[in-house]
This record gives sequence, C-alpha cells and structure tokens, in this order.
Amino acid sequence: MIVFIKKTHIDFMAKRFIFFAVSGIMIAAGAVSMTVKGANLGLDFTGGTLLQLCFEKPVSTGEVRAAMTKAGLETAIQSFTDRNTYQIKVKGRQEKVNEISDKIMAALSANLPGNAFTEEKRDYVGPVVGRDLAKKALFALILSMFGIIVYVAFRFSNPVWGAAGVLALMHDVFITVGALSITNREIDLVIVAALLTIAGYSINDTIVIFDRMRENMRIFPKMPLGELANLSVNETLSRTLITNCTVLTVVAILFIFGGDVINNFAFAMLVGSICGTYSTIAIATPLVYQWEHRAK
Amino acid sequence: MTKLQWKLALTLGLLALSVWLIYPTIDWYTKTNDERGKMEATRMRPKKILNLGLDLRGGTHMLLELDVEKLDKKEKLSDAMSRAIEIIRNRIDQYGVGETPISRQGERWISVDLPGISNTAEAENLIGKTALLEFRLVNTSNEAQSALSKVETLDGPPFQKDGKLLPEIAKIMPRGTMLFKASPGPDGEKVRYYVLEDTVPVTGAYLEGARVETDQQFGMPNIAFTFNKEGGKLFEKFTGDNINKNLAIVLDAVVHSAPVIKSRIGGGSGIIEGSFTLEEARNLAIILRAGALPAPVNIIEKRVVGPGLGEDSIKKGVSAAAIGFLVVVIFMIFYYRAGGFVSDIALMLNFVFLIAAMSYFGATLTLPGIAGMILSLAMAIDANVLILERMREEHALSKPVAMIIPTAYNKAWSAILDSNMTTWIAAIFLFQFGTGPVKGFAVTLTIGLLMGMFTSVFVTRVIYEFWLTSNPKELSI
Repeated sequence: MIVFIKKTHIDFMAKRFIFFAVSGIMIAAGAVSMTVKGANLGLDFTGGTLLQLCFEKPVSTGEVRAAMTKAGLETAIQSFTDRNTYQIKVKGRQEKVNEISDKIMAALSANLPGNAFTEEKRDYVGPVVGRDLAKKALFALILSMFGIIVYVAFRFSNPVWGAAGVLALMHDVFITVGALSITNREIDLVIVAALLTIAGYSINDTIVIFDRMRENMRIFPKMPLGELANLSVNETLSRTLITNCTVLTVVAILFIFGGDVINNFAFAMLVGSICGTYSTIAIATPLVYQWEHRAK
Repeated sequence: MTKLQWKLALTLGLLALSVWLIYPTIDWYTKTNDERGKMEATRMRPKKILNLGLDLRGGTHMLLELDVEKLDKKEKLSDAMSRAIEIIRNRIDQYGVGETPISRQGERWISVDLPGISNTAEAENLIGKTALLEFRLVNTSNEAQSALSKVETLDGPPFQKDGKLLPEIAKIMPRGTMLFKASPGPDGEKVRYYVLEDTVPVTGAYLEGARVETDQQFGMPNIAFTFNKEGGKLFEKFTGDNINKNLAIVLDAVVHSAPVIKSRIGGGSGIIEGSFTLEEARNLAIILRAGALPAPVNIIEKRVVGPGLGEDSIKKGVSAAAIGFLVVVIFMIFYYRAGGFVSDIALMLNFVFLIAAMSYFGATLTLPGIAGMILSLAMAIDANVLILERMREEHALSKPVAMIIPTAYNKAWSAILDSNMTTWIAAIFLFQFGTGPVKGFAVTLTIGLLMGMFTSVFVTRVIYEFWLTSNPKELSI
C-alpha cells in the first residue's frame, strides 16, 4: 500500500489567525488591484465589438495598433503567439451592430495593403445585453449560494456551518477574481463558468470535512470543539490532498496544453482549486471554530 | 437471481442502453461535412444526439429586439412576438439553412442561432428586414415641389438622429404627407426623395406570392408579386381611381420605384423594379413571401465564431482533457491498486452515462458545459477517494474484508450525499435562472452529478461485491 500522507496531528485551529491573515492579505491584494486597475470586465458585460482576424502574412502588433489609431479607434489589441492572429476589441456603448467592425476592417485593408485577413471571430454586444447578462449571472449566483446555506444549515442543523462554507467559497472566488485582475486577464462569461466551478468545488470540499466533524461529534460527544475540528481535518487530510492534487493536475494540464481559447478559463480554475484546497482546511473549519469559541 | 446478480444486470443493462443512445451521436459526427449538410437540409438530422454549441462548431448567434414603439398599438406584445418569431423562422427556412434554434428570450428579445454560418451579412439582411411593403400615392403639388427643392439645398439628409424630419422641412411639408428616401441609384448620384401621401390603401399584408423575374430589356432582376383575392380587388379599385398619378412602391420606408398608373390594373399582380442584384432580389422575394415583421427588429447582440476557430479549440481542449484524464486514471491505479482500477471503471462509465444522457435529451455542449463536466468528474473522483480512504481506515483496524466494504460505504455515504446535494442545489438554481453559458454549465453539472453518484457509489460496490464472491479474503487498496 502506498501512502503519501500518514496519520497527522497538526493543530490547525491554533494557527487560525495566521490563516485568516494570509487570506486577508491575498484578498486585499486582489482588492487593491481591482480598485487601482478596475475589474477588467469583458465585452459580455461592458458591451462593444471584438474582431479576431488571421492575417495571411506576418504583421506586428505595432502596425495593427497604428492602423487603429489612424482610424481614430480606441482599441485593445491582443496577439496570438503561434499564429498570425490578432484580437481587436473596442469596448463601450455601441448602438449599431456592424459599425465598429466595418471601421476596423476598413482601416486594416487601407493601412496593410496586400495582406488579406480572414475573420475568425466577431462579437457584438449591445449596451442593454451586457447589463442584462451581468445582472442575470449575479442573480443566479446569489440564489444558489442562498440555497447552499439553507441546505447545509438543514443537514448539519446549524446555520453557522452553512455560512462558513459559503464564506470559504466566496473567499476562493474573490481571490481568483483578484488574481485575474493582477494578471490583467479579462472577466467574461466563460470566466463566470469557471468561478461557478470553483464555487461548486470549494463547497464540495468543505462539506466533506464538516461531515467528518458531524460524525466525530456523535462518537466523541464530550470532546471540545477545537480538538474535534483538528481531529476531523487531520483525519480527512489524506483525502483532501489526494483529491485536490488529482484535480489540480488535470487543470494544470489544461492550462499548459489547452490552447489560447481556454487559457483564461484554465488559469482561473488553477488559482481557484489551489484556493479551494487551502480554504477547506484553513478557512471553513477554523471559521466555525472561531464562531462557536467566541459564542462561549 | 440473487440481489447481486440483479445489480450486475442493472449496471450492464444501463451500459448497453447508453451505448445504444450514444450510437446516433457517433454515427452523426463520423459522417463527412457534405453528408451532414445534405441531411440537415432535408430535415433528416437525428433529434436525439449531442449537439455542439456555436462556440465549438462555429456559427452565428444573434439576439434581436423588437422595436415595441413602432408596434401597432392594437397588437398585444406576446402576439407580436410569436408572429415575429414565426416569420423569422419562415424566412430562414426558405433560405435553406437547416435546423436553427429560434426562441423568445425575456420580454421582447428573440434569440437566433445559425450553426455553421459565419458569413452573416446576408443572413442579417434576411432576418433584420421588416419587409413592410406599401403602395402610396406621390404628392405632386407645388408645396411638395418646394419642400423637395428645399431638401436639395441641404448638405446632409433631411432627417434628425431619431428619424424625425428636420423642423425647417417639416414646416413646409404639405398637410397629410410624409417624406421618403428613394433607393440609391447608380454610384455618385445624389440621394432622391419623394413626398408621399399618409394614407396606405394597399400593403404587403395582401401578398400571396413573390418571385424573381428578369427584365426583358436590360436583364435586370425584378420582383414580381401577386395579391390574394381581396388585395387584388383593392389594388384594382385603387389604380382605377388614380389613373395618371404616380404610384410609389415603398419597401421598409424606402421608395423603390414610382411609375405612373396608366390604366386600371386588374389580375392582382405587379412588379417592383429597382437596382437589385440577383442575390438581393432573391432574398427580398423570400422575405416578401414570408411576410412583414410586426415591427422592426434591431440586432442587439451578435457572436460569430469561424469554423476554423471552433475546430481548433476543440482539438486542443480535447487533447489536453484526454491527457488529464489519463494521468488521473494512471494515478488511481498506482496509488490504490485494484481499488483504483475499480474507480477508473466507474469514471469511464460515468463519462459514458453522461454523454448518453446528454444525447438522449439532445443537449448542447458548449465550453462552459465542458467546465461543468470537469467539475462533475472531479466530484466523482472525490467520491471514489472518499470511499477508498474509508476502506483504508477500516483496513488499518484489521477488520475482515467482508466487513470493510459495507462499513466504508456506509461511512462515506453521508459525505458524498451532502457534498453532491449541495452542489446539485446550486446547479439547479443556476439552471433555472441562468442564461446562455451559465445554463450550459448547469446542464452538464446537474446530469453529471447524478451519474457520478450512481457510478461511484452503486457501480463500484457491485464490482467489489462481485469480486468478493470469488475472493473473499483479498482486497488490494
């Protein structure tokens, strides 16, 4: 039998303030980046036009940028390394569907003569739609978190546990959003899906430890909560790490080999699953302990 | 049969059912593009297969908004919406695109998906045109002439941004008339305008058919239309009453021609002349046949994914996912030995069941949907690890093998149930209230979680119990 993690006796609860501080710093770093740079919201939420064009002959980002400046367009330009491809974005309120993309293409044809391009992708999001998408995604998210709290409160006969689980989940989502902001990655609807995945995974992970605590409470009804929480986290440590390392490996592979399209998605998942592992051990359970401890 | 045999039969039966459900999907995607195209055009596309979302296969998604302000006040919004959807569906059907999901979204939005079509200018014209055909008399009074000469002197168009006439023009327009633009003539010519009567004696609502006809003299494509009985009568009376006046044929507020009525026109047919290309004429005939939209629609969202990009993202994503899956499978065997092997079988079955269920429901797989799949698979792995770790714990207490299995499953069950249920509840909410990608995520997650619980708890246990009937002492975990 191969065993990576032997029986451990780590006093996680005693270190809870260190954990809280570390998380606080990470969340603060994200928050600072968000306030300084602002969240890099994608077209899905701001509205605007995106064109992804593949050129026949090599072009430099500078040339593309110059063409855009000449046409008086304020664009964000992203290049794809292995192909002759550029993504050109103009965010903001745009009332007409093809106006901006026509302008972009006209500017490129005029400034880069003899270099034809094919359109790989074109997005237009009108101003109403952007707001609507953001509103609906947020609404669904809040409702599902509420559902989680109610279910956990019911199954563990304690709303504090549900709240702690949801706090841990939000912790993971916030840190991931912060990391996206720090690395200048954009938040679009696919990232929202990644955040949902992280949230789902985080709560799953937390529940497993809560379940062990519930079981141990029945076996050792007299044991103080701190000891009980430590015992449960230690007992499930092997499972927590094995499951999470497996998932982490898969996500890391997606991040490295998955290609451009899912790169941001894989990045979010990578950060989120690392956070998820950490928050399960270091945030969710210590939060419950802290609350009950203070109540006494 | 014993209880175990029943369980075994159930598992194998479900596997057989899944293979049967997946077969049409595999059959469909192994066909060549041409074959698929032919079948789609003839409506032979199988219903119960796994569809690929536009982000994976390429195509165009459009969201249209019905301009409610221009809607006839008497018409109810919901009626207008279903009529608009019906008409758009008609137009697309006649255009010959094949299966296109068109649905109402929210109060006054219509979502149109055009799979496989990434050159959308034509489709946009086809869908976006109101196709309101009107016949109006041209006002040739002196006041009208002076209004037109005033318009001539302007630098720009005589309309404001909101479409209303400039106040200085509106002042001098004859009572009961409106100003209309003419369809653009050959390049370089200045835009012409017409002053037309407010009243509309005959509209395209009475149209029965429309088709492309080529001009005998110049070979230009024209659109020939026929009225129904009622419309024919109206048109005959109207032309009879207005001989020697000019009749303007107005399509979507643009005057296409304004011939003089030389005599009463019977027979209920006519021709729209204009400088159409053959393509334009063909599409116009289609939309005239399909009928006019109750009000103009605006495109408020449009997403086009070229076919190359879709394929590329599939290839890279799939190969990365396959490597990831393989690594997990190997790791499980390496770490948990026979137990890991059992888990791997469960994982494979989970995947097969998930695809089968999605094929059965004709669900659409999108990138976010794949994210939901990854989450459900990750949670299935977790359930397996939970059970195996419990087995190890029981094993460490030196319990007999026959005792380990039931105890481990019993103890792991509450954790698996609660963690899956929690996520499932969240997924249900997302499915109910989410739109687009969020929904795609929720669909695969909801189905995946159910399959995951079944395979990792029920199927693995059947395998262990089956194993124990012949090897009651050994368990390699």
